[in-house]
Amino acid sequence: MTVDVKTTAGVSGIGQTGRILYDRESRETVGEPFVEGARMTCRGVNVYYGDKHAIKNVALDIGRNEVVAMIGPSGCGKSTFLRCLNRMNDTIDTCRVEGEITLDGMDIYGKEVDVVPLRAQVGMVFQKPNPFPKSIYDNVAYGPRIHGLAQNKVELDEIVETSLRKAGLWEEVKDLMTHPGTGLSGGQQQRLCIARTIAVSPEVILMDEPCSALDPIATSIIEDLIDELKQQFSIAIVTHSMQQASRVSQRTAYFHLGDLIEVGDTAQIFTTPRHQLTQDYITGRFG
Amino acid sequence: MNNPSSQPNGLNPQGRRAIEIVNAGLARRYRKERRFRLYGISAILASLLFLSFLFGSIISKGYSAFQQTFIQLDIFFDPAILSQESLSTANYPGIVKQSLRQMFPEVKSRQDKRMLYRLVSSGASFQIRQMVLDSPEMIGQTLQVWVIADDDIDMLEKGHFDLEAPEGERRIKDIQLAWVDRLKKESRIEKRFNRILFTAGDSREPELAGILGAVAGSFYTLLVTLLLSFPIGIASAVYLEEFATQNRWTDLIEVNINNLAAVPSIVFGLLGLAVFLNFFGLPRSAPLVGGLVLTLMTLPTIIIASRASLQSVPPSIREAALGIGASKMQMVTHHVLPLALPGILTGTIIGMARALGESAPLLMIGMVAFIVDVPGGFTDPSTVLPVQIFLWADSPERAFVERTSAATIVLLAFLIIMNASAVYLRKKFERRW
Ligand SMILES: Nc1ncnc2c1ncn2[C@@H]1O[C@H](COP(=O)(O)OP(=O)(O)OP(=O)(O)O)[C@@H](O)[C@H]1O
Ligand SMILES: [Mg+2]
Repeated sequence: MTVDVKTTAGVSGIGQTGRILYDRESRETVGEPFVEGARMTCRGVNVYYGDKHAIKNVALDIGRNEVVAMIGPSGCGKSTFLRCLNRMNDTIDTCRVEGEITLDGMDIYGKEVDVVPLRAQVGMVFQKPNPFPKSIYDNVAYGPRIHGLAQNKVELDEIVETSLRKAGLWEEVKDLMTHPGTGLSGGQQQRLCIARTIAVSPEVILMDEPCSALDPIATSIIEDLIDELKQQFSIAIVTHSMQQASRVSQRTAYFHLGDLIEVGDTAQIFTTPRHQLTQDYITGRFG
Repeated sequence: MNNPSSQPNGLNPQGRRAIEIVNAGLARRYRKERRFRLYGISAILASLLFLSFLFGSIISKGYSAFQQTFIQLDIFFDPAILSQESLSTANYPGIVKQSLRQMFPEVKSRQDKRMLYRLVSSGASFQIRQMVLDSPEMIGQTLQVWVIADDDIDMLEKGHFDLEAPEGERRIKDIQLAWVDRLKKESRIEKRFNRILFTAGDSREPELAGILGAVAGSFYTLLVTLLLSFPIGIASAVYLEEFATQNRWTDLIEVNINNLAAVPSIVFGLLGLAVFLNFFGLPRSAPLVGGLVLTLMTLPTIIIASRASLQSVPPSIREAALGIGASKMQMVTHHVLPLALPGILTGTIIGMARALGESAPLLMIGMVAFIVDVPGGFTDPSTVLPVQIFLWADSPERAFVERTSAATIVLLAFLIIMNASAVYLRKKFERRW
């Protein structure tokens, strides 16, 4: 196994398997943050909430048709980083983002960039299911409507149906289209929110702990769904469950107090982490 | 378990079971709760008591104004009087007097005749005039007509007249009492529903005075207030809440809006006088100006209620809309405003109810004038209900006392309807998420 870091100054010792473990004090990103033909690239991203430095010089790529999991202890900046990717942080007055983030080569923080089409391309699913207090149909149809994706009612119906099918919710709600979305169960609501997001055909989907409010059955439905969706979309998912990260993601990024500590192949991260902090976290020593 | 510091389950350091301590304190906790409930109930009872006292006194004083005494006269539509050049300017008081003289032929002296004429209201001749103008074929016939009695006779009939007082101090003399008794025996005196109260403008004669002018004035004034304060209030609240960045300027604006809500309403009247009347030269006593002044007064209430209502829309709804690519304007108009609307409407109605009951600022812009005509537009001179109440309360005639209370009842009815609809709207559109 090659260790492709710029410095070896922080090497703290040799693990039982002969691996090099990076010292707890080292804040250089270990692993392979970059991929070939990335959909989104982040370089030198710093985020501040007022004076608080919440994300420190993070570089990371999100590849095509892959699921990138972001893990780390609470408050380490996973949500903050995720929200940079579709500029949801713009809504927070005190938040300041530095660095370069591109989507298909275009700098999304560029002066001429409009957040409306950006957010249509980079959709987001939130931690708490947040359907609109409208009918199920209107929930899914809202995005296509405001973006003018459907020419007529037939097309709109079709978009709604395929989105609900992809979200695995169609069979359950096809007769309840006029019922309020808020009347569904938590897991159904979250799938409704996913359907709502994919209805505008985004290229990247950001998910912030999408299963944290759900029971194991609903969780496994959504995990299967994520697996399906990655055929078509790039997905970045924040999760507190390491089992979930290992089940759904191809690559995993470990954050610690605003630093991106280690990125790599999910299997490798969970079996042979190369940074002491990563190892501490996945073996449950903190977080 | 030989570690001395570890406690067996359910025991606290003093060796008592925790549940015993809880139980010991339980009675005290419940006592506290009972005491608090008692305070609450007695506070509500006290306010209900005062409220029922208020309503009771107003209704007991005012209900009689909804009836009015009428006298039946045999009116001879005398062609000699009515064959004048113009029917509308004929001597109608003469017709009424003639019929009274015929009914009481024994009255001879001039002074007695004048007292006799005073039994019926001066409105009787207008009533006859209207009848003749409506159907001129009556001329030459004798018809039995119920005409309005004078307010003194009305008071006498309603028992508000002090018969014990010496005759010299009474407004109704003994001879008049005798006539009234005779009319009563012939069942020519009757109390009927007082339509005039609801169909006439103000008058110097209590029996001819109505609240329609004031109600119309209030209507036009409130319409101006609503049309201005509702859109401006919502726009300001939405801008401040959703678009403005929080900085010292928005803080300053917020402090000032809260200040305005607490400014005594008379100050808005002074402002209206200085700005709208003296500077812009808008007409005095007009609902337009009244509406402008009340808009200034109502705006802070609506803005504060709307902002609170916008704030209560959960941020997750905003994020959902933005996250899907809605623009800020779409987020507001499609999601936030509809959810905030019940609260905004409630605030608006409460603000309008306050405006309806407001009189002080309107006094300053001349809406306190004595106006007989019912206003027909926004620039006609008019008054409003609370000012009408004030005007009547100030009048010396006994009959205006009950009309004051009657107008208050009408005002309270409008207020109750408005506030009830606020509650209804809130209940109806309340959403859960
Ligand atoms: N709106 C905000 N204003 C100020 N500071 C914030 C704000 N949001 C987050 N922070 C701070 O930024 C840091 C990162 O927060 P973030 O929500 O990204 O953490 P997280 O990794 O998502 O945590 P969790 O796993 O608990 O969701 C935290 O220290 C938090 O206090
Ligand atoms: Mg988070």
